[in-house]
Amino acid sequence: MPQESKKELRIIGFLCNWCSYGGADTAGVSRFKQPTDLRIVRVPCSGRVDPLFVVRAFLSGADGVLVSGCHPRDCHYSDGNYYARRRLEMLKRLLPFFGIDDRRFHYTWVSASEGERWQRVVTEFTKVIHGLGPLKIEEGEEIG
Amino acid sequence: MRVGVFICHCGNNIAGTVDVQKVAEEMRKIPGVAYSTTYVYTCSEPGQNEIIEAIKKYKLDRVVVAACSPRMHELTFRKAVEKASLNRYFLEMANIREHISWVGDDKELNTQKAIDVVRMAVAKVMNNKPLFSSSFKLTKRVLVIGGGVAGMQAALDCADGGLDVVLVEKSPSIGGMMARLDKTFPTIDCSICILGPKMVDVAQNERIKLYAYSEIEDVKGYIGNYEVTIRKKATYVDWNKCTGCGLCMEKCPSKNAYDYFNFGIAPTRAINIPFPQAIPKKAKIDPNYCRYFLKGKCGVCAKICPTKAIDYDMKDELVKEDVGAIIVATGYSLMGVENFPEYGGGKYKDVITGIQYERILNASGPTGGHIKRPSDGKEPETVVFISCCGSRDKSVGIPYCSNFCCMYIAKQAILTKDHLPKSQSYVFYMDIRAPGKGYDEFTRRAQEEYGVRYIRGRVSKIYPRGEKLIVRGADTLLGIQVEVEADLVVLANAVISNPDAAKLAEKLRISYDTFGFYVESHPKLRPVETNTSGVFLAGACQGPKDIPASVSQGSAAASKVLALFSKDVLESDPQVSYVNPNVCVGCMKCVKTCPFGAIKEEELRDGRKVAKVIETVCAGCGICTSTCPCGAIQLQHFTDNQILAEVYAFASGK
Amino acid sequence: MNNRRYAYYSGCSLESTAREYNESLKEVFRLLNIEIKEPEDWSCCGSSPAHTVDPLLACALGARNLALVEKMGLDVVIAPCPSCFTVLKRAHLKMKKDPEVRKKVNEVIDEPYNLKVSPKSALQILYEDVPPEKISEMVVYEIPELKVAPYYGCIVTRPPEVAEFDDAENPISMDRILESAGIEVCDFPFKTECCGAAFGIAKKEIVNRLSYKVIQMAKDSGANCIAVCCPLCQQNLDLRQGQINRLMGTNFQIPVLYFSQLLGLVFGISPKRLGIDKLVVDASWITRSMRKAEKKVGNKEKEPEAEEE
Repeated sequence: MPQESKKELRIIGFLCNWCSYGGADTAGVSRFKQPTDLRIVRVPCSGRVDPLFVVRAFLSGADGVLVSGCHPRDCHYSDGNYYARRRLEMLKRLLPFFGIDDRRFHYTWVSASEGERWQRVVTEFTKVIHGLGPLKIEEGEEIG
Repeated sequence: MRVGVFICHCGNNIAGTVDVQKVAEEMRKIPGVAYSTTYVYTCSEPGQNEIIEAIKKYKLDRVVVAACSPRMHELTFRKAVEKASLNRYFLEMANIREHISWVGDDKELNTQKAIDVVRMAVAKVMNNKPLFSSSFKLTKRVLVIGGGVAGMQAALDCADGGLDVVLVEKSPSIGGMMARLDKTFPTIDCSICILGPKMVDVAQNERIKLYAYSEIEDVKGYIGNYEVTIRKKATYVDWNKCTGCGLCMEKCPSKNAYDYFNFGIAPTRAINIPFPQAIPKKAKIDPNYCRYFLKGKCGVCAKICPTKAIDYDMKDELVKEDVGAIIVATGYSLMGVENFPEYGGGKYKDVITGIQYERILNASGPTGGHIKRPSDGKEPETVVFISCCGSRDKSVGIPYCSNFCCMYIAKQAILTKDHLPKSQSYVFYMDIRAPGKGYDEFTRRAQEEYGVRYIRGRVSKIYPRGEKLIVRGADTLLGIQVEVEADLVVLANAVISNPDAAKLAEKLRISYDTFGFYVESHPKLRPVETNTSGVFLAGACQGPKDIPASVSQGSAAASKVLALFSKDVLESDPQVSYVNPNVCVGCMKCVKTCPFGAIKEEELRDGRKVAKVIETVCAGCGICTSTCPCGAIQLQHFTDNQILAEVYAFASGK
Repeated sequence: MNNRRYAYYSGCSLESTAREYNESLKEVFRLLNIEIKEPEDWSCCGSSPAHTVDPLLACALGARNLALVEKMGLDVVIAPCPSCFTVLKRAHLKMKKDPEVRKKVNEVIDEPYNLKVSPKSALQILYEDVPPEKISEMVVYEIPELKVAPYYGCIVTRPPEVAEFDDAENPISMDRILESAGIEVCDFPFKTECCGAAFGIAKKEIVNRLSYKVIQMAKDSGANCIAVCCPLCQQNLDLRQGQINRLMGTNFQIPVLYFSQLLGLVFGISPKRLGIDKLVVDASWITRSMRKAEKKVGNKEKEPEAEEE
């Protein structure tokens, strides 16, 4: 959260239960401070994240969407994050065609022990979204 | 619909940085929320009772608890709502502690965030459906991976409890690190004398099936029903015929093989039995050194073997075992001496590691228990021990303490004095960490009775002068530089995870930390469970620990398995996928994506082919749900509608 | 890697007290087809005084020189003096790591430095960019009586995160280079010990004591010559050897040569051009015992140990 204003932007995160949700818990237990913009939705696996959720989130007012799962090879359900990676990478490339800057969508991997990494992911992603400002979907963004 | 919202203060943990009253107030404004309140500790007995009372009093049919992480207390509150005769899946938790109050300082922003998050949980719970577990049978056999002291304890306790045990050990003999030790602290009793009988018990127990020199190839299935593939590595000796007479080892002409058991302190033969008390006591050929494998001719062992057990053409063999639970007790590794160039590790023969010294002290070790230094076989007069070699050293990437080095240094120093009364030992230490029962007294004895000189400070360099090694370090208590002329230097090298720890974790689908140690389910309250139900941890694979701690954990893991197997059927998690046959078009994409083979094709009476989920096999990941092109297959409790309800609730907070 | 071009930042020592290092290196580089070019208008690197006073100044002095190299269109600068090397490398790393520092430094120097140069020591160039066979090929003389203690000094490999070269505690690059040139090196435990460095001015007892230890260890290790790669080490060990002898009652007569001087000798460059006569401890016996190399010397890789019977 930038110091100058208390204006929050709308960021939603889909986190897998086993790694990233646990990582966010670890960050909490370790009191690693983070910007407050993000709201977290718990899903069992990053493979459960339907790209449509991301699109729906943007269409209904999100300024940024984050998806985080277990590190590749480390998935609780063995291959879920590989499916996620393939789907979400396609989505990322598709977003500009909808008039949405693809930097507004980020997917990454954070394990349950990586509280510090979670803090970094949230802080950096929030910074990026604040840099881009609110998404005005009806007008369509200027894609750089 | 009548939703009840319960906001927890968690003492000051949440209420300190979140205006809980305001959150409760905001929730009351949501249509469908019939009741909203706060409580100081919702998880306490009165807190839970309040939920139960409120459900009855206000006729609530859905409950949201906004408190800590669901990973912490979801089960607690599920049980609470169940007591009020509500289906347990009518509960949702909003995490306003780990994800909000603990990570943000701004009360106003935190409160807004909490309002959003609780509203999202309310939206989800309104879409929840009652779910019911079904039961499934389980295989009451347990797999123990690792035959060190922790794994052996777990195996013996399970067998004692009437379970069949499959014990898989990577090296040719069970016994692990403890079998290599000379004495154990703080009682100085002989390590193999207390371990040996246990090893024999394992070998003789009819309920324990031992696979030595074997590794886990693959793990399939789920709690209660695992199918494990074990790779029996080729030993090139038929163990059914081998009697362990040791004749082959005596006659083997390749005398320079690396001795893994002795950590290379002396060479062994290419065909060898690792140590006299080995179990199973069988020979094994190391093809990296065997002349037959290197040069294609020799065959001395085959000629000499009285039972004709040698089989140079032996191949690895894969076997399958069905088990219902797995105990992982794979232990640890140690940083090699070559990682310490500033101490001349790997360069000076008389700079050795603690475990190597242990083998030198050991009566069944290569020196027969006589302390002789490796370079020239002379008895050392001055022995210097250096603690924390690698441990607690961020520059080598190991910030943690290796747990037991302080103690074994004290033990080895005492033993040195016992063996060589004229000797003098020095210990360079950072702190003396001896918090166990009788431990501090032990390190004191080393100093006071055995005259071991403890120098508080680090060693900067070791260099040779003639036959001696000069150990130069700081004495931080005196504030001076000191140099000790040593004959032998013992490094307390850091405990590290096994090199293949990550690979095994991936097979078992359990998590591991940055250092390769396996992560327990909860650091305090679930120390032997993992996040994969049915897989338990014991011993140093979870983090450096000494023998008593490893044994306790081995027993603890065994008791967990026994408790699990005390049931004849297990309740399945109803959070599984379900196919609506009316919507399914039969493309079978879900069948291909399911990592567990939990979906099969089914023919309906009208001849239409649709997908069908095998409930007991489904692990509940939901990959199929996001694969299905028509939304026919839905992961219960995480359906599209439920997740989208959260998304829309998130958006409505603008 | 023939005819690679490098920038060459000699620094102040190599222009004065360590001229023989400068001259001998240039000769060796010439023979090995290593093309070097000095940046025009280079300035002092700041050495130790700058960073003890002001980190920004230290960084800026280094960055200014790196910017000059960048302007030449070259991506590697050789800094033979370890002190210069450390200063340049530190400036580079600090600016790379911290955009704030980069901004500040670039404000105070005339032209911005864009992080395109990697500073390397002369040792690193000869070890990493020149194949050992190439060094062996150049050898025309051998010095059978010579046994060298390779002395690296404290900073050419340390701290490892700055030097990013060789093993910090037990470096082997100089050993290998000299071995490739057919020169026998001994197993020298004090490769990275402190010689006392700049304390020679403030408190010479310290230097005398520390340098004594280094020389004594060289002698104990069976060496009759010390090879160095740092002007300050050379000065402390060579210039003060008499002082040490008086103070410690020793009778050292161990010549202290730059490793480049030794290379130059076996490559057949005249001792005069290499500045052998400039050394304080007499090294004339080395030149006298040189003789034409009979056979090609190879890189002495350890033979794989024969399997014992």
